[in-house]
Amino acid sequence: MAKLRMNQAIALALAEEMERDDHVIVLGEDIAEAEGSFKTSEGLLKRFGPNRVRDTPISEMGFMGLSVGAAATGLRPVVEIMFIEFLGVALDQLATEAALMHFLSGRKLTVPLTVRASVGSGLGFGCQHSQTLERWLLGAPGLKVAVASGARSAYGLTKAAVRDDDPVVVLEPRPLYGRREDFEPGEDAVISLGTGELLAQGTDVTIVALGQTVATALAGAEEAGWSADVIDLRTVQPWDRELVRASVAKTGRLVTVEENQFTAGWGSDVVSDVAANCHGDLSAPPLRLTAPDVPVPYGTALEQRYLPSAEYLADQVGLLLKTGTCPRPWWEGQ
Amino acid sequence: MSVTAPQLQSPRERRASLQASRSERYARMVEIRLMEERVLALFGEGLIPGTTHTSQGQEAVCVGIAAATRPTDTVACTYRGHGMALSLGVTREAVLGEILGRQIGCMGGLGGSMHLSDPRVGLLPTFAIVGAGIPIGAGAALTAQVLGNDDVAVSVFGDGASNIGAFHEGLNLASIWKLPVVFVCENNQYGEYTRIDRTTPVADIAVRAASYGIPGEVVDGQDIDAVEETVGRVVARARRGDGPTLVEAKTYRYAGHSRSDKATYRPAGELDQWLERDPITLFGEKLVAEGALDRARLEEIKAQAASDLERTLEVVLASPPPTEQQMMAPPTATGR
Repeated sequence: MAKLRMNQAIALALAEEMERDDHVIVLGEDIAEAEGSFKTSEGLLKRFGPNRVRDTPISEMGFMGLSVGAAATGLRPVVEIMFIEFLGVALDQLATEAALMHFLSGRKLTVPLTVRASVGSGLGFGCQHSQTLERWLLGAPGLKVAVASGARSAYGLTKAAVRDDDPVVVLEPRPLYGRREDFEPGEDAVISLGTGELLAQGTDVTIVALGQTVATALAGAEEAGWSADVIDLRTVQPWDRELVRASVAKTGRLVTVEENQFTAGWGSDVVSDVAANCHGDLSAPPLRLTAPDVPVPYGTALEQRYLPSAEYLADQVGLLLKTGTCPRPWWEGQ
Repeated sequence: MSVTAPQLQSPRERRASLQASRSERYARMVEIRLMEERVLALFGEGLIPGTTHTSQGQEAVCVGIAAATRPTDTVACTYRGHGMALSLGVTREAVLGEILGRQIGCMGGLGGSMHLSDPRVGLLPTFAIVGAGIPIGAGAALTAQVLGNDDVAVSVFGDGASNIGAFHEGLNLASIWKLPVVFVCENNQYGEYTRIDRTTPVADIAVRAASYGIPGEVVDGQDIDAVEETVGRVVARARRGDGPTLVEAKTYRYAGHSRSDKATYRPAGELDQWLERDPITLFGEKLVAEGALDRARLEEIKAQAASDLERTLEVVLASPPPTEQQMMAPPTATGR
């Protein structure tokens, strides 16, 4: 067992994969000499040298493009995007080039590219450094998107992404980097991409969470007078339809807890799948708990209000169970 | 004059024959010219959907690059890539088949004119986004550097791409890491419909190399020997580990940007001036002057190319379009 912070778990996963396969390289801004803005590449330069661990200029389009070319010609690059918003300038290289290159090569080339990015709110970074933005990547055929919810899943998803022959984006909620979790590193901890995990079992409702909201869902369910299946989706493209449908068939109710704004969140796809495929099992309409459709605010009090909290989740689910209808979100009527 | 049935050569064999023989380079330039003209005609006949970007007038650049590199080198090229694909050795059937959307095409007819590739001769899928292939080509050079082999990469792009961020970021990264990559700008004077001097404040794109601390050279893109010599020299430099070079080949696009563009924005007489320095005519005259070939042989090569093209078209038209099942295959390598 190891009790690691999430950033240490990521650095461990990278070191192990680099040791295992000398085609794995890592590159990004401040990742070599400085060992990463969030210390997710601690020790890598010293251990693997400057040929395989490279500091880049502030040039996401450029180094993402280089990584796509390197992946298509034999390496397994791991690219760090310091804040997910910085992906905007490199999106062509990821969504239009990397994601489609296997298809465009007549299925002859593979693009084993891993893109890691820090995401999320809660640390007072303001609206351009606090979003999750997985929605930018959903619906890009050829791309896989995973989201870590702590040290254990970050370790397992990172290793799976590096080994995968397709481009995989692993999003890392920033407030979790410093949080410790006990787990057993090793082969058994590698997560199969596309699978979710049932973290708590109950009978009244299925709560599907992702990234930072996994802890919110577990905390909200713990004190409540109802019991829930709590699912960490872990991979949001492709996502584990079977696990969610089977749980909803048992509980009859679905709640998604999302850090993103309401419009076009990942939960919309989950709700649409469940509505179409589990209609007869549902005893209440599916409920989405999200942030409001406004930019992430600066300042601790408002930022905490902005995110769905454990208390808010407990209250909203309680109302759903009591009334059999979706309660209104907190911001309506304000 | 004898016209024989086409020899079926593999892409590697087609590449090797071009590298071994100057007359084969001449023949390949003719092959490209005839196919591009035929592609535009096939559009007129309604046999090709969508659009296409042809490269008549630029044949010396792509054939020169193919002669100066080897099949284990990687080439990243643009959507104006029919000529480059044929030069590198991709078969006529794979190129024309893809343009016509047939199963015999290099991606089974699911890609179209802008998406040609063949890893056996180092051609990455041609890039339909302006500038996208510039850093990706440099990435292939990163692979060679990390693995410690002596392959190089060539990123080929147009003058228009020299104003997009990917150009500047790609050159900068290639320079600081001294990557074995050669950047070749095919300056055909127009970025889509707009003349270069209205979009670009420097007369020679090659001068932009100075900003990144790498050599920049201008070469006559109508002279295949000049292209081959220049690209060959800077490829050798990259192979030795001495870093990247930017080469600007001055050339001209006889047709419009895409098949629907009649290029009415060009000043009167400009096309005629460039036609006087047609790369195929120039090279043919040079081969005759050298005594390498006589005029009758030039005509035979043209007749053979025309006959090969007709035979290729027959084969392509006999190939069906892709099936629904082929369309539905997962876009991922892992199938998930």
